[in-house]
Amino acid sequence: MTLLILCDHDRGTLAEASLEALTFGRDLAQRAGLSCEAVLIGEDAESAAGPLAAHGAVQVHLASHVLLTDYGPEAWGETLTQLTRSTGATAVMACGTDRGNEVIAHVAARLDEPFVANCTNITPGDTWTMTRVQWGGSLLEDATLDAGHRLVTVAHHAVEATPTETPADGALVQFTPDLVAEAARTVVKDRVVLTQGITLATSPVVVGGGRGVGSEDGFAQLEDLAGALGGVVGCSRAVTNNGWRPHSDQVGQTGTRIAPDIYIAAGISGAIQHWVGAMAAKNILAVNTDGEANMVAKAGYAVIGDLHKVLPAITEEIVLRRG
Amino acid sequence: MRILVCVKRVPAPGSRINVTPDGHAVDTAHLGFTTSPHEECAVEEAVQIAEEHDGEVTVLTLGPPEAEEQLRYAASVGAHNLVLIPISEVDWDPQRTASALTTAIIDLESADGPFDLILFGNESADAGGFQVGIRVAYALGRPVVNGIKGIDVANGTASARREIDGGFEVYVVPVPAVMGIKEGINLPRYPTMKGRLASKKAEVHSAVVEAAAGGQARVRLHRPVEQVSETVILGNGPEAASAVVDLLEELGVLS
Ligand SMILES: Cc1cc2nc3c(=O)[nH]c(=O)nc-3n(C[C@H](O)[C@H](O)[C@H](O)COP(=O)(O)OP(=O)(O)OC[C@H]3O[C@@H](n4cnc5c(N)ncnc54)[C@H](O)[C@@H]3O)c2cc1C
Ligand SMILES: Nc1ncnc2c1ncn2[C@@H]1O[C@H](COP(=O)(O)O)[C@@H](O)[C@H]1O
Repeated sequence: MTLLILCDHDRGTLAEASLEALTFGRDLAQRAGLSCEAVLIGEDAESAAGPLAAHGAVQVHLASHVLLTDYGPEAWGETLTQLTRSTGATAVMACGTDRGNEVIAHVAARLDEPFVANCTNITPGDTWTMTRVQWGGSLLEDATLDAGHRLVTVAHHAVEATPTETPADGALVQFTPDLVAEAARTVVKDRVVLTQGITLATSPVVVGGGRGVGSEDGFAQLEDLAGALGGVVGCSRAVTNNGWRPHSDQVGQTGTRIAPDIYIAAGISGAIQHWVGAMAAKNILAVNTDGEANMVAKAGYAVIGDLHKVLPAITEEIVLRRG
Repeated sequence: MRILVCVKRVPAPGSRINVTPDGHAVDTAHLGFTTSPHEECAVEEAVQIAEEHDGEVTVLTLGPPEAEEQLRYAASVGAHNLVLIPISEVDWDPQRTASALTTAIIDLESADGPFDLILFGNESADAGGFQVGIRVAYALGRPVVNGIKGIDVANGTASARREIDGGFEVYVVPVPAVMGIKEGINLPRYPTMKGRLASKKAEVHSAVVEAAAGGQARVRLHRPVEQVSETVILGNGPEAASAVVDLLEELGVLS
């Protein structure tokens, strides 16, 4: 019996999280007595197949069809559903990315089976038991899954992608789904490139501002400090809700997850929904007038004081030392 | 243009989330409630599209009777019709929720005609199942795309933008369609005094629907293990600047 693992790729470039799903999946497959097989969907998917065998894929199913041009949630979902039926797979998995969760939800709807999203741990058995992520990572749920087909995704970063000691065969097997034109009504039609270079998600330094910044103009001091450190500005939801910064700057559960070397969080109280977006930072410096603020309690370092005085003083000191 | 938005009432925790002693739910004894942020934006988007296309917005929720509060909030920012599917449990699993919403939507459509657009959140703020909207769309036989941060409706098609690394994907979908909305698509308005007063008088229709439980069941909720760190206080006020820059040098972020 088979565990199918959908490997997310974008026009032939494999998503890093797909290898996490394979790493997680091959271990689960072994414990559940299933054959661990990868799935790639789309015209240019074959170029993403390279690392799959080394990460434990016994076979790689390559699904292609004239309608599978670019990514399309319905076409991918329908394809994976048909492959599940034709291979007799009893479990189907993907990584918990936007696409992974979306495609498995489509399979679940088509098979009328449950789907457990963003698991961090699974124990197989007649009934599977698992731990999954709720509240964007602030809370965990232990759950049980009873189904003919077990459909799950693996939370991003639940495991680290590692090759197996003894690479699997990874033989390519072609699959042609039976798709009608309707399946392609939600295929990507166009792409718009906006930014390139360092982003909030990848910047090594982030200077974040919260309600304590007080106004849109108040962010000039944060821009100055971020500029001096070669970093970018982030913010809390209180700030985006006030229209002081665009939502693309928001850090948190419904914003961006950051992982900088240092996060300077100024005038941010540290609500749990903000914290889950910031907790991957290697170091956190809180600047807050309130020494009792949650952000201060959770940060490794803090300065107690008015950010409008503290931040310019830091910028000035940096400029001074640089001469 | 008829637009439906499905919203969920969720607790609004502060610095940490506490769980009830039996582990079945978030302890809401000292908490307020809110609408999931993605869905708040979905309501705003629906109201904006309705304003532009002379449309009507219906908001539907499945939840405890108190979820009326979230429906009335939607009315205060411009929604026209409010529908509540009352349940007595804390939460329904995603399959069961989707099946009940589908039944209610079919009933609403057979009474007043089809919805051109049905908007969901990308994922609910609490359960985060990433599936209810997709299940409903499939049951209704309609196209659906998640993660939407921009919609333009014209001549029977909806053009939708979805964020990817450094840009957007564009989908062009025939209407009627279903979309999962992400926060950031717009800046939701605050209710006006007039809106707030009108929402108090708005009628909330109750749709009693039964649905069978799905195959995913909750055992318990718990908090992830937190690393507790001692906070090093570098100082008070601007005098701390020199200690901060020492730290930045030590961490190697000052190149
Ligand atoms: C489902 C859900 C999802 C959410 N998602 C997110 C999310 O993605 N991101 C997010 O950020 N929030 C999110 N929130 C909102 C979150 O709960 C908080 O409301 C928000 O993070 C608070 O922002 P804040 O810390 O800027 O404001 P506040 O909580 O008001 O804190 C302001 C802080 O500034 C300090 N301060 C004031 N003046 C000064 C000064 N002059 N100098 C220094 N310090 C000062 C105060 O002491 C205080 O600590 C979400 C909420 C819900 C319910
Ligand atoms: N109880 C509910 N009532 C109305 N809509 C809901 C409910 N639960 C989920 N939804 C909708 O479905 C979306 C996806 O939910 P989920 O699958 O739980 O992530 C949410 O953003 C809501 O728009």
